[in-house]
Amino acid sequence: MAKHPTPMLDQLESGPWPSFVSDIKQEAEARAKNEKGLDYQIPVDCPEDLLGVLELTYHDQETHWKHGGIVGVFGYGGGVIGRYCDQPEQFPGVAHFHTVRVNQPSGKYYTSEYLRQICDLWDLRGSGLTNMHGSTGDIVLLGTTTPQLEEIFYELTHKLNTDLGGSGSNLRTPAACLGKSRCEYACYDSQLLCHTMTNEYQDELHRPAFPYKFKFKFDACPNGCVASIARSDFSVIGMWKDDIKIDQEKVKAYVGGEFAPNAGAHAGRDWGKFDIEAEVVALCPTKCMTWDGQTLKIDNAECVRCMHCINVMPRALKIGDETGASICCGAKAPILDGAQMGSLLVPFIPAEEPFDEIKEVVENIWDWWMEEGKNRERLGETMKRMGFQKLLEVTGIEAMPQHVSEPRNNPYIFFKEEEVPGGWTRDIADYRSRHQR
Amino acid sequence: MAFISSGYNPDKPMEDRITDIGPRKYDEFLPPVIKKNFGEWDYHEILEPGVLVHVAKSGDKVFTVRVGAARLMSTTMIREMLEIADKHCDGHLRFTTRNNVEFMVDDESKLAGLKEDLLSRKFAGGSYKFPIGGTGASITNIVHTQGWVHCHTPATDASGPVKAIMDECFEHFSKMDLPAPLRISLACCLNMCGAVHASDIGLVGIHRKPPIIDHAVLDNVCEIPLAVASCPLGAIKPTKTEVKGEKVNTVAVNEDRCMYCGNCYTMCPALPLADKEGDGIAIMVGGKISNRISEPKFSKVVVAYVPNETPRWPTLTKMVKNIVEVYSKNARKYERLGDWAERIGWEKFFEVTGIPFTQHCIDDFRDPAYYTWRQSTQFKFTSHVK
Repeated sequence: MAKHPTPMLDQLESGPWPSFVSDIKQEAEARAKNEKGLDYQIPVDCPEDLLGVLELTYHDQETHWKHGGIVGVFGYGGGVIGRYCDQPEQFPGVAHFHTVRVNQPSGKYYTSEYLRQICDLWDLRGSGLTNMHGSTGDIVLLGTTTPQLEEIFYELTHKLNTDLGGSGSNLRTPAACLGKSRCEYACYDSQLLCHTMTNEYQDELHRPAFPYKFKFKFDACPNGCVASIARSDFSVIGMWKDDIKIDQEKVKAYVGGEFAPNAGAHAGRDWGKFDIEAEVVALCPTKCMTWDGQTLKIDNAECVRCMHCINVMPRALKIGDETGASICCGAKAPILDGAQMGSLLVPFIPAEEPFDEIKEVVENIWDWWMEEGKNRERLGETMKRMGFQKLLEVTGIEAMPQHVSEPRNNPYIFFKEEEVPGGWTRDIADYRSRHQR
Repeated sequence: MAFISSGYNPDKPMEDRITDIGPRKYDEFLPPVIKKNFGEWDYHEILEPGVLVHVAKSGDKVFTVRVGAARLMSTTMIREMLEIADKHCDGHLRFTTRNNVEFMVDDESKLAGLKEDLLSRKFAGGSYKFPIGGTGASITNIVHTQGWVHCHTPATDASGPVKAIMDECFEHFSKMDLPAPLRISLACCLNMCGAVHASDIGLVGIHRKPPIIDHAVLDNVCEIPLAVASCPLGAIKPTKTEVKGEKVNTVAVNEDRCMYCGNCYTMCPALPLADKEGDGIAIMVGGKISNRISEPKFSKVVVAYVPNETPRWPTLTKMVKNIVEVYSKNARKYERLGDWAERIGWEKFFEVTGIPFTQHCIDDFRDPAYYTWRQSTQFKFTSHVK
């Protein structure tokens, strides 16, 4: 017999898609049975109370979680988010229900041994409920009480050799696509760069010193599988400089129907025979390709590396050999000043260990943003307020046409005093010597 | 319940303290075939919906089975995944950016057993635990935020509407029958922890009422200057008022100027916005992240408000499904939802989807709004022009 009736949530158990309600119920049952005989360190019925408060919310249609609260582990300013229920008498099991963010390994590969350790920890000291994973990328452990926080941190660091992620006005847990581990498009080792930067900037990750959050994300190619260009202040996207490699025999095999186009991604509908003219050449954004029935030619100087032709014929077309990355800055969601997409700052940068060139760009940006950024202002907003030129100035990068989609269309141009011969200090008497008042 | 110490000594918090060690290094967790061929992959193919093969230059292959997941998951559920990973995949698995789970095997002969095992497992309520799909020209997992399950600022739930929509769109998860990949994301408020602002279909929880002011406690629970400064539209000012005969310092809100972003509530818990009638979901359309063919772009608001209809959000679900089906029927191969809408023109988009155009779909937020108004006589006559 369930502790709280949940007639509305029960309706979310039917249908084919995995039901979170069914899952919470199975967890509630497992905890009640307690087959392993655990001495649960937080209320055993917290999953039931979570369902109870959620059912109440489905009735009230207003959240029943209180505003934050400062909790955390000693010496850190992030990684734990305080959470309290606003109906603690009805739902004592979730009265205190804090979140713990655990830094995920790059690319989110796991062994069952490691995840079992996390499960063991969370069964004993938490609710048994998680997010795999949070939007930023962390393993998110949902629901524990304040006295457990240091114990959880101790076990994570001493037994699991793992650290907390970020929260608050600090560097948020960096995230990467799976890169070279399983993708032929990877232009650099996004997992290694993510891991390196995470470790290099542990202080920034755990001790909030920024105006607001700062996110790194690492995509190994312009397909952008971790969406870095839309959701990170500092987005590193794999790039190549030289020519796309073509295997003409394999192009013909695609044309001849021997290989499925787009790696078989359209197999669910009959789109007709593969038409290289219509599906590749005509869809090229710069029209830099030609096909004469025998040979596919690419005018690589005109190519903007959108990935479409490579995606359509992954066996025949390969990224170039001279690889590195582009850096885009300032992406964010709408709060406060509207959504912003990352703006291209560095068209091409080497991305090899120890990644010093990339670290230099980051640190120059931080020095500036920490000085000039207002409270709760993301980098993108500081860029908008101070101008792109300021970002170029602080990073020592020269302006180039790649920085804009078009040049400015207003002539209200700021010049620096030193750019104008004679400077701005003028003598009114000298002026009047030529002009009557 | 006896308190169990892990070894941490609160009297000497620095004793043996380990900090700033970062995450475990990923290469500890890579399946052997992946580790062996790291950076040496030649090509990949989607063998069937949810099943990928990656072929290395060495000739080695890794077969991946991708399954959907609710993202919010219990340790019992994770342990079941680990049991599957142990049984079929030598104890390895991974998660994708969109919260799918991937089981990998190094030999095609191991695929059938793995797939059968995954599909055979169902929850007591009847839903799949591990539905296979989400590859290629399909709808993959809906990336979403915490919603009413665990967040203090949401205007809607996340897990609930996601479950309702994925049930409705399930065929497009398990079948690659769309013109291009279609990514749906849901954020339960404008903070957008889920980066909804650049998805093919972005669902975002919105409030429609200015904050309620809890005058009795405001000055005790927040810094008034911070609350005032938090408003991007300068709608909040400091003031004094009387509570039970006593003058207290508090704030006043210029309600006409408020766009209900909730930033003030984040800075000051005495300014809550949540409201049963006020809250709901906006539907945004046409965003993308990838640089493929066209540049990345933001989603655009096509429906300004859909009410929170618990528990299954029928209006929202119907509208999303309609957009998916009309797009699927009309777009060209490889054409993303936003690219299709731009090709036919947004006025046509509203006509063919039958979505009523309202004044709320016209941008009025600061300078960028101006660049979205039509500065041309190049338009298409649709039923909107009487």
